Amino acid sequence: MKILRNFAALFILLINTSAFGQNVTNGGVEMADRLKQDGKIYVVIGVVLIILIGLLVYLVSIDRKVSKIEKNIASGNKDNK
Amino acid sequence: MKQSILTAKWWKIACIVLLIYTVIAGFLVPVPAKPILHETIRNLYFHVCMWFVMMFVFSISLIYSIKYLMNPKLEFDIIASEMANTGTVFGVLGLVTGMLWLRYTWGETGKDWWAPDPKLNGALIALLSYFAYIVLRISIDDEQKKARIAAVYNVFAYVMMMVFVMVYPRLSSVDSLHPGNGGNPGFNQYDLDNHMRMVFYPAVMGWVLLSVWVASVNIRLEKIKRYNSI
Repeated sequence: MKILRNFAALFILLINTSAFGQNVTNGGVEMADRLKQDGKIYVVIGVVLIILIGLLVYLVSIDRKVSKIEKNIASGNKDNK
Repeated sequence: MKQSILTAKWWKIACIVLLIYTVIAGFLVPVPAKPILHETIRNLYFHVCMWFVMMFVFSISLIYSIKYLMNPKLEFDIIASEMANTGTVFGVLGLVTGMLWLRYTWGETGKDWWAPDPKLNGALIALLSYFAYIVLRISIDDEQKKARIAAVYNVFAYVMMMVFVMVYPRLSSVDSLHPGNGGNPGFNQYDLDNHMRMVFYPAVMGWVLLSVWVASVNIRLEKIKRYNSI
């Protein structure tokens, strides 16, 4: 459930930033526009990074859950191992 | 495999660092300009790694299957089966990413999902033989019997995989579009310049660690399941 909440938060954040990005169209004023340069490849890197980190966070959380179960078993019935 | 290695943190952290490096450097480090391939040459850090991972994980699976046949310990069977499962997942990812890549580089752009390439067909056959491994395991109820038959079949599946992925596409009579096979000069090891090496080797390591990580979690879960039911 916690992970779902995190994903939801991330999703809302993403929607907001994308709407933001459309408002700040280049009105001839050069700002820190790195994300719009080089065919906007940096946006793709960002997207892939978000997916990768999301999956890794998910994997870490599964790993932790299994560890917790292992600990429960080890302390509860020691004759199992 | 010791439990302490499965639960250790250091190699999981290394995996995360390597993969994040792969994504950032994989997109930004300069690559050699090649006709047809263009920027898709960067798929080397992702698509090709899936196959490296698959072979690596299947090799571990084979080792543990042989270990099981020599000494029938339940743990060996669990490791062999979970490694094979993980390898199949990465193989499917390799196949699907390859299908997308070939759609825009081989043949008529944006039209085909498959190419008449021996490596593709070989990879598909290899994966099918591992699907058969999974189905075989599901179809036998008796634990001992399942483990033994699956271990024997796994040796056979590994040989099939090696023949169809590594040997068959390299035969001179069946030219493959893949680099290093047959007469395709587009992309051999001499093209892998130092910039690409700098990303490719860490990428392979990162993806391999990821696969072992996924498999290790599955192994631990499976151990809990089986030992509790005894």
